[in-house]
Amino acid sequence: MTSLPAAPGEKRLGLVIDLDTCVGCHACATNCKEWNTSGHSAPLTDINAYQAEQRGVWFNRVFTYEAGGQGGEARTVHFPKNCLHCEKPDCVTVCPTGASYKRAEDGIVLINHDLCIGCKLCSWACPYGAREFDEDEGVMKKCTLCIDKIYNENLPETDRTPACVATCPSKARHFGDFADPQSNVSQLTRERGGFDLMPETGYRPTSKYLPPRPGKRAGAARLAPVEQSMGGGGKFLRWVDRVLSR
Amino acid sequence: MFDEPQIDLSPSVADEVKFTTCYMCACRCGIKVHVKDGQIRYIEGNRNHPVNKGVLCGKGSSGIMQHYSPARLRKPLKRVGERGAGEFVEIEWDEALALAADWLGNIRKTDPKKLAFFTGRDQSQSLTGWWAMQFGTPNFAAHGGFCSVNMAAAGLYTIGGSFWEFGEPDWDRAKYFMMFGVAEDHDSNPIKTGLGKLKARGAKFVSVNPIRTGYSAIADEWIGIRPGTDGLFVLALVHELLHADKIDLDYLVRYTNAHWLVIRDDGAADHGLFARDGDGDHLCWDASQNALVKAKKADVTPSVVGEFKLPDGRLAVPAFQLIAERYMDARYSPDAVADQCGLPADQIRRIAAELAEVAFEQQIELDVEWTDWAGRKHDKIVGRPVAMHAMRGISAHSNGFHTCRAIHLLQTLLGAVECPGGFRFKPPFPKPIPPGPKPSGRGAAPMKPLAGMPLGFTSGPEDLLLEADGSPVRIDKAYSWDAPIAAHGLMHMVISNAWKGDPYKIDTLFMYMANMSWNSTMNTKGVMEMLTDKDPSTGQYRIPRIIYSDAFASEMVSYADLVLPDTTYLERWDCISLLDRPICEADGPADAIRQPIVQPDRDVRPFQSVLLDLGARLKLPGMTNEDGSAKYPGGYPDYIVNHERAPGIGPLAGWRGPKGDEHGRGAPNKNQLEAYVDHECFWHHDLPDDQKFYKFANLAYLKFACHMGFLGASDQIVLQLYSEPLQKFRLAAEGHGPNQPPDNMRARVKATFDPLPIWYEPLEESMVDKAQYPLHALTQRPMIMYHSWGSQNVWLRQILGRNKLYVSTAKARELGLVDGDWARVTSHNGSIKVQIKTMEGVNPDTVWTWNAIGKRAGSWTLAPDAPEARKGFLLNHLISELLPTKDGARVSNSDPVTGQAAWFDLRVRVEKCEPGAEVSEPQFEPLKRPPGVAAPPSINRYGAKA
Repeated sequence: MTSLPAAPGEKRLGLVIDLDTCVGCHACATNCKEWNTSGHSAPLTDINAYQAEQRGVWFNRVFTYEAGGQGGEARTVHFPKNCLHCEKPDCVTVCPTGASYKRAEDGIVLINHDLCIGCKLCSWACPYGAREFDEDEGVMKKCTLCIDKIYNENLPETDRTPACVATCPSKARHFGDFADPQSNVSQLTRERGGFDLMPETGYRPTSKYLPPRPGKRAGAARLAPVEQSMGGGGKFLRWVDRVLSR
Repeated sequence: MFDEPQIDLSPSVADEVKFTTCYMCACRCGIKVHVKDGQIRYIEGNRNHPVNKGVLCGKGSSGIMQHYSPARLRKPLKRVGERGAGEFVEIEWDEALALAADWLGNIRKTDPKKLAFFTGRDQSQSLTGWWAMQFGTPNFAAHGGFCSVNMAAAGLYTIGGSFWEFGEPDWDRAKYFMMFGVAEDHDSNPIKTGLGKLKARGAKFVSVNPIRTGYSAIADEWIGIRPGTDGLFVLALVHELLHADKIDLDYLVRYTNAHWLVIRDDGAADHGLFARDGDGDHLCWDASQNALVKAKKADVTPSVVGEFKLPDGRLAVPAFQLIAERYMDARYSPDAVADQCGLPADQIRRIAAELAEVAFEQQIELDVEWTDWAGRKHDKIVGRPVAMHAMRGISAHSNGFHTCRAIHLLQTLLGAVECPGGFRFKPPFPKPIPPGPKPSGRGAAPMKPLAGMPLGFTSGPEDLLLEADGSPVRIDKAYSWDAPIAAHGLMHMVISNAWKGDPYKIDTLFMYMANMSWNSTMNTKGVMEMLTDKDPSTGQYRIPRIIYSDAFASEMVSYADLVLPDTTYLERWDCISLLDRPICEADGPADAIRQPIVQPDRDVRPFQSVLLDLGARLKLPGMTNEDGSAKYPGGYPDYIVNHERAPGIGPLAGWRGPKGDEHGRGAPNKNQLEAYVDHECFWHHDLPDDQKFYKFANLAYLKFACHMGFLGASDQIVLQLYSEPLQKFRLAAEGHGPNQPPDNMRARVKATFDPLPIWYEPLEESMVDKAQYPLHALTQRPMIMYHSWGSQNVWLRQILGRNKLYVSTAKARELGLVDGDWARVTSHNGSIKVQIKTMEGVNPDTVWTWNAIGKRAGSWTLAPDAPEARKGFLLNHLISELLPTKDGARVSNSDPVTGQAAWFDLRVRVEKCEPGAEVSEPQFEPLKRPPGVAAPPSINRYGAKA
């Protein structure tokens, strides 16, 4: 069993994912893959790369499904999913070797691949399916919140943000410190009713989802016709005396 | 206490960071490429780039796997077996180029039109079109004819620009946004970013699309219209707005031809043309003077309704009156169109009311002083914040030209074109309507270049490309009576016509980046047979020679006699030119380059340099010096820097002139590419605030556009709601003038060349038995693959590696289908077997699938049992390139105005079938890997630490 940090760190880093603007383009998934396949957890192996039953290691996956009714009543939802860097992650505490751990400093949940024995207990413990087993290397891998990017002094400061956030075309992803009530992610969570995914698990995810905004209400039912009671081409009469200026 | 391991938080990312332009689709975003140990480490969006402003989509972010695809061709190939059998030998470039020059040289010496040169997703059309012109063949086009020419032509003939490349919604100010049809195909990142902005600002997003996927999923309102009826829906909105007088008449008389007088003299040769004075200027009725005056005059009081006497005694009415007469008629009322559109009439009425409310009650004003075309100063810029966008979903119907014109009519009546919050032009647009120049091709002769570029814009029957006997000049019959405004050609007809010898036989088909034996053609199976068909009397292939250039082992490679392997987009110089298909934004013009990030590790050459080399070997005039030497010995980069289309105007606008400090116009600068590289590979000019709106009537902008060479004169560009060129074609069909359509085409030309937008039933739908083929069948463009399928990308194929046929839950119940069933889908052209998936968000009369996911077994170095081949499928087999005419006449399945391929007119029936082997049909013999192309690895460990 692996223990969690005794107290929450000064920083609690995580993501806000906006279900109102995610169009399901998978930019987060592939940009994450290209950064991380040469990054901290390299490689993000692909099995049967050009064959049948192709599969691989992904830290972000986008699911699309319909919910809530029939026909036009239903809603199509694009749901990006990745590690939520929980406050109480069972994926860490179940780890028999100490490979899975939660960083005291910023709350990022990581795996020490040197210690991982590939027992998969952590993936059983994670209700979000955020753990990814590398069949080729026999170890578990997962979202690092781009730990080798967000602190990387070889990159300009503006680029020190997770790949999925930097690349998201519809700005549906935000990165920040939930321990700071004034951070962008704390504010967004407050203003937009950010919620925990499956709070009943008690894992207390750090990252939050923003619900779809209430749809814009329908406007007036119809326009009032300006018909006049003249016969023939009478309906054009209203424009006859209109003084227009070119 | 748990000891955390030490981890390296600051590993070295790159030895080198280089900027270039993405080519994973047609969006052309700026990218920043990190190179480490000679390998591509990471590709990200360039924050400073005008197109994507730092973001990068799912495709662009998968560029590494495109670049390192095992399907990359490695060396020129010469066919040695039967065509289609995939038997090749590798040859040296010298042999390949000598062979091509020999074939092409003989054609040029005898009959240059026997070369059909068609490029696909080519981003260098100003070079490739010019090359065809220098060669002397009229038979050139890129893929626009089967992509979006309806949208482009409708825009260019109506408002002087068009959706996507020539204009964009004002994402920062629009309060109401309507998107028509599938739009996940082009303008990838700007639309996604724009939708994010709209939603954040609380604007309403309405998606009109039979299918709710992609962008439609986040729409505030989804309108699941019946395919092909968008035009009716839009004209019903126009009907409502006219009846309620919710139109911007001041805008109309200032910026459109609403007040221009149209001759009303039924039967006369000039009926329906504009009344003109002795100077040839259009006339209007000035109500303040009660007199005919020049319509372009400022400060007059034009009448928009009424009947006025011309000096010759005949009558004329303002164009607006014709608009009002037509669309106020009850046949365009919401009640009249509701059933056809599959929408409640109340919903149509409500959308009209919402448009009017936003346009007129939520007007926005910018405190920016500007000067109009007549020199009058205005202290603010008024905006009607309603924006619209349409793309393939509207284009790919045979009524798409008129539907797109109807959308432009709607936008214009609301005063929402080129204003804050509306639809805005991207310079160099707007252009005069229609833009010049005209297509060239008549009088093609041996050893002679054409007088101008093969593609252009016709203004009337006199501009058609017809031989003296009335037969089409071009192999694809563009600019014939089959497709008089075929501004992008008809690529989908080239193989079929060449095979049939209709209108004539060709010698060589030369193609680039066009997968015409698979997903880029209609009637795929039929076309594969045409490519290998031999004339029994001679034993020769009916299409005698095929030269093909591609970077990858695509389905088309097997059908080539000579394969010229191209580089990947990270190994080449390119230019995204203002002369071609620009990447400008509404706030200012821009262009860009690609630079080689890494050198090819194969014996491949960039196609554009190969083309220039071939041009020099053939001694084509523009590519050869007087002493016979090559004019651009340095290949494409040499051409990019030194070629001038007009004095001072070249492929790139930035850093011209001897000192490199001139923009737009200036002598060639030998250090121009270095200047681009120093500026992150793009050039962008931000217009001053007073030039950013009403560009068609904005004096400062019009003068700037003249300086840049975008426009020939700084006259106001008047939006053409009523289209005189269309009426000219119609008059010909009615028996006027020396150039008239053949009798069998008269009725069709007369019906479809209406000077005002019309709606008609899509042609295939009107010809097939609807009871036999009760459903519409469409494709949607998966935004993770669109235009990127070429790579067979390890990552993208994990996201979407097979497709199914999507059916509404309600319809599936009727058909006795459940998820996972196999079904036979049948059209008038054929039958396919597919697997079914049910869903809610689809119009019940519509079935659909993702485009271009199905692959031929063995292509792209995929294993023959890959799901793309075994489970995936193409709808293309069902779509005929010819309409099912009763008399068997060969009429292309296209829009009758523009020749746009009518992919989305398809009608089918769906029947449950036994699953059998659970394999999609048809299946084809697996393709062989070309020589030199190795078997792909089964495990991809890209990035693994050494």
